[in-house]
Amino acid sequence: MEQTEDIKFTNAKKASIDDPVEVKHRATVSREDRSTVGEIRVDSPRMSCTDVNVYYSGQRAIKDINLDIGNNEIIAMIGPSGCGKTTFLRCLNRMNDTIKGCEVTGSIMMDDYEINSREIDVVPLRAQVGMVFQKPNPFPKSIWENIAFGPRIHGLAQDKTELEEIVVTSLQKAGLWDEVKDRLDQPGTGLSGGQQQRLCIARTIAVNPEVILMDEPCSALDPIATAVVEDLMDQLRENFSIAIVTHSMQQAARVSQRTAYFHLGDLIEVGITEEVFTKPKHQLTEDYITGRFG
Amino acid sequence: MQTHTLVIVLLIFSSLAYYLGKKRAFKVAQGKIRNLHSLPSYYGLYAAMWCSLPALLILFLWKSFESTIITNLVVADLPAEIRAQGADRLNLIVNDIKNLVQGNITSGQIDTTLSAAAEHYANLQASGDAALTVLLLSLAVGASAMVLMRIKAHQRARNAVENILQGLLVICSSIAILTTIGILLSVLFESIRFFQTVPVSEFLFGLEWSPQTAIRADQVGSSGAFGAVPLFAGTLLISFIAMVVAVPIGLMSAIYLSEYAGPKVRATAKPLLEILAGIPTVVYGFFAALIVAPFIRNMGVSLGLDVASESALAAGLVMGIMIIPFVSSLSDDVINAVPQALRDGAYGLGATQSETIRKVIFPAALPGIVGGILLAVSRAIGETMIVVMAAGLSANLTANPLQAVTTVTVQIVTLLTGDQEFDSPKTLAAFALGLILFVVTLILNVIALTVVRKYREQYE
Amino acid sequence: MSKKASSYDDFFASRPRTIDLVKKGLAKRRAREKRFQLYGKLAIILGLIFLLTLFTSIVGNGYTAFMQTYVKLDISLDVDALAIDDPDNIQQLSTANYGGAVKAALRTMFPEVKSRSDKRALYSLISTGATYQLRDRVIRQPELIGQSITVWVPAADDLDMLMKGKIDRDVVQADRRMKDNQLVWVDKLISEERIKKRFNTGFFTSGDSRDPELAGIRGAVMGSLLTLIVTLALSFPIGVAAAVYLEEFAPQNKLTDVIEVNINNLAAVPSIVFGLLGLAVFINFFGMPRSAPVVGGLVLTLMTLPTIIIASRAALKSVPPSIREAALGIGASPMQTIIYHVLPLAMPGMLTGTIIGMAQALGESAPLLMIGMVAFIVDVPGNIFDPATVLPVQIYLWADSPERAFVERTSAAIMILLAFLITMNALAVILRKRFERRW
Repeated sequence: MEQTEDIKFTNAKKASIDDPVEVKHRATVSREDRSTVGEIRVDSPRMSCTDVNVYYSGQRAIKDINLDIGNNEIIAMIGPSGCGKTTFLRCLNRMNDTIKGCEVTGSIMMDDYEINSREIDVVPLRAQVGMVFQKPNPFPKSIWENIAFGPRIHGLAQDKTELEEIVVTSLQKAGLWDEVKDRLDQPGTGLSGGQQQRLCIARTIAVNPEVILMDEPCSALDPIATAVVEDLMDQLRENFSIAIVTHSMQQAARVSQRTAYFHLGDLIEVGITEEVFTKPKHQLTEDYITGRFG
Repeated sequence: MQTHTLVIVLLIFSSLAYYLGKKRAFKVAQGKIRNLHSLPSYYGLYAAMWCSLPALLILFLWKSFESTIITNLVVADLPAEIRAQGADRLNLIVNDIKNLVQGNITSGQIDTTLSAAAEHYANLQASGDAALTVLLLSLAVGASAMVLMRIKAHQRARNAVENILQGLLVICSSIAILTTIGILLSVLFESIRFFQTVPVSEFLFGLEWSPQTAIRADQVGSSGAFGAVPLFAGTLLISFIAMVVAVPIGLMSAIYLSEYAGPKVRATAKPLLEILAGIPTVVYGFFAALIVAPFIRNMGVSLGLDVASESALAAGLVMGIMIIPFVSSLSDDVINAVPQALRDGAYGLGATQSETIRKVIFPAALPGIVGGILLAVSRAIGETMIVVMAAGLSANLTANPLQAVTTVTVQIVTLLTGDQEFDSPKTLAAFALGLILFVVTLILNVIALTVVRKYREQYE
Repeated sequence: MSKKASSYDDFFASRPRTIDLVKKGLAKRRAREKRFQLYGKLAIILGLIFLLTLFTSIVGNGYTAFMQTYVKLDISLDVDALAIDDPDNIQQLSTANYGGAVKAALRTMFPEVKSRSDKRALYSLISTGATYQLRDRVIRQPELIGQSITVWVPAADDLDMLMKGKIDRDVVQADRRMKDNQLVWVDKLISEERIKKRFNTGFFTSGDSRDPELAGIRGAVMGSLLTLIVTLALSFPIGVAAAVYLEEFAPQNKLTDVIEVNINNLAAVPSIVFGLLGLAVFINFFGMPRSAPVVGGLVLTLMTLPTIIIASRAALKSVPPSIREAALGIGASPMQTIIYHVLPLAMPGMLTGTIIGMAQALGESAPLLMIGMVAFIVDVPGNIFDPATVLPVQIYLWADSPERAFVERTSAAIMILLAFLITMNALAVILRKRFERRW
């Protein structure tokens, strides 16, 4: 068993790194070949994953994923439902730890640390790699308390003024300040869906992480709210690296610099967003973006 | 005829009606069930129901009121000078008459009036029984005969049977309401009578409680004092001690079991703790009186403290132990109802597990937990056996947990288990206390249940 | 907007790296985390310690009650001592002076005991039950009259306690239930092997008694059984019927809401209030007999109904709608659907709820105190109208008795009660496990 996996592992490498495929025509890789095509590595990556596998109670959910996340880029992960994109995203800040029976193997490097190791404390890791979830999940506290939560638990502010500064700046950065500045003491759950999601983004920014993971952040939002959040992401890119899982190909095309296509637990194709959408190299990618399945 | 013979005869009649109804349905259908609207057994059932139900209803009503009606008739026929003797004396006489009828020993000697009355009573009972027997049997036969004669092929026997059944179901569900009304009326009536002798304000705000009314008016302390404040204070003191024990332990164990413990620990510790909830309160009372109270007393003595042998602390402590699983399982439900998304949100920001629990889950679950604690308080206030066995009888107005206090429930039991006339202020006081207990716990329950329901809806 | 944002970028860019700040506070936070977990563990351990203390103290106090001390006496049954003249006369046999015969036997054994008070102390070693035992034996075998027989008779409670090590010989005489002279006699009896402990069958076969060594739980167990039969016979059908109506037929309206709220509230009303209801309504208004299992059963029915209704509704809810649709689809009426298809599937859940309700009822005592089931009753009740008491109330009564020997009886009765309760709950668990169905 291990051996076969090893073989597969080398295959994957061969197809992707040692021997980068120069693709002139579309769909040169057949539907059956599931090894990754495209540029999985970048120069000076923020995070670098090698052979990441996730098992849910023994069931293999994602298979030998190799992928880098660059500095100040938005990388979008697309693919049909159940393809493992969210599972992969949750590996990046060890959120899979909270799921019983979930096991992650492989290597995820960040700042020369192996973060997928028992010895790593998830608390500083998650402060460094923040996460925004699919459904807005503001705490049942005031707007102020929602934002102040992270800085408080991590002791990021020396005093009240500094805390206030962080809260206000985070809200401003999330573009929410003007809408809520008069009702900071009201519950965050009372905001509209789009506002709630921006509140959650502000909450994440307040910790000043280095990477932000976004799991379909707009799936519960209407188009106007979506546009606001997308705009926000674009600004955030200047300070953060962002990995976003999305169901919407248009969204991926709009916001991301690179796109990774997942299919049934395999990473099929990675590349510059424009290229992936206009000249997909893999048959499955093409099938997906042309809407043959989804 | 005796009641159970009557019931048996009615049941036999009903089975007969069932058989006849079924047979007649076959006949009407000329042997082809297809011609009938319903299955033949439904025609039988319909006849049987008409045979038994009205008769049983009348029997039940008569038996419920028989003794009251006959007693009133007998009393009305008693000589005027006996009737003029006042309610207490009259009650005794009525008791004597009933005892005479049953051939038991009477309290006084039997005079002619009494034996005449007893004879009258027995006669009334006998003629009542005879009339009832005739009435019921003819009703049963008549009703079933009528139904049997009317059986026709297109008759909707099944629907009729089902309507009756559904009516029975409705009656069964209304028993819950009847119980509440019954409780309310029974405590309310006696309380009103009590408040005719003792003013409400004295009862609610009086600081002295000594219900020992004298039998003769000229005895010392014949009046009795019915100021219930010491009882309320005692109840609150013991309930408070119980909560101090139960809430932290129950809450922390619920948190540990639902957030930290592995499946194995959870599978063993949870049912073990729930055993505490299944232990009868009388056992806790015995435990409190036999083990805990002496233990606390000895501890106090060795520390140089003055501890009463029936200290509030002992009763409260044991009551707290009893309530632990109650708080724990309610909090467990509430904590599990907090959506995983909130936990994820906190973990995603890098909160530790205890920070997540203390700063996100606990505040989110707070309304539900408060609701659960209110229910637990209501249970502590209404708890009887532990305090009856381990708390004192003396109504001290104190906040010192080492002293003996008494509670509302203790006094209800003490007042009602003695040999007192039913109408004395002493027994009526028990009902007034019962009224307070019912109202307070009802309010607590309604608030708690509403809070918990609102809380659940919020996360559904 | 983009410009506005970049001005804030300076703020975050100028801040120290989050990771450095986080690492500073980490040790403290980890310590707090450990402490919090420890509190949780402590809470559970404390709860388990309470449970353990409760059980060990009950069992530790109670297990001795299953043994009883007996004393061997040589009793001469001559006609004069028994004060009878006609051994064939049953009337005479049952009123004969057996007590005298027992005392005479003791006097022969200890001829040195002369003074009146010493004699009384000597007689008090033997239970009054010895007299009844002797009488029953003689009535059964009248031919024994005139003979001398050797019998084992029950010891009085103090001697029993001494033999079980619950009276300390080292305490000064004034504070000790057994006086010095009694101890001398007892030692003599022991040395002659006239004292032994046997399994205490009387505990299971007798009714209540003022004498601890004669008191048994049979009356209370029968009372509990009769009360539970009444409760079960009423609460199960009514509870199931109410649950069926509320779950399957009731229209969504105010009345239904009121009934539902009502049931939930009733489940939380203090049990003693149900006792007040029973006293005022069943006894005073309807004139039903005091102390009777039938009234106890009625009160407990009202008390357990909410439990049964709530459990039954949950059981009905768990039957999937597809079952109902299937039955309705082939033309069954709603009533037929429920009786023939839904109820059988919901039955295990309903039975589980009922057993739990019955266990509650079995352990309940407060409301029964109110309706007079707290009287001292020696006879074992035969039907639901006889005066009776129940096991928990018996425990309460014994716990209130001053005699030292009642402590072990009380604990033993508690052990029996807990055994019943554990059996019932285990039954409920098995039933649930066995018939648990995932749809």
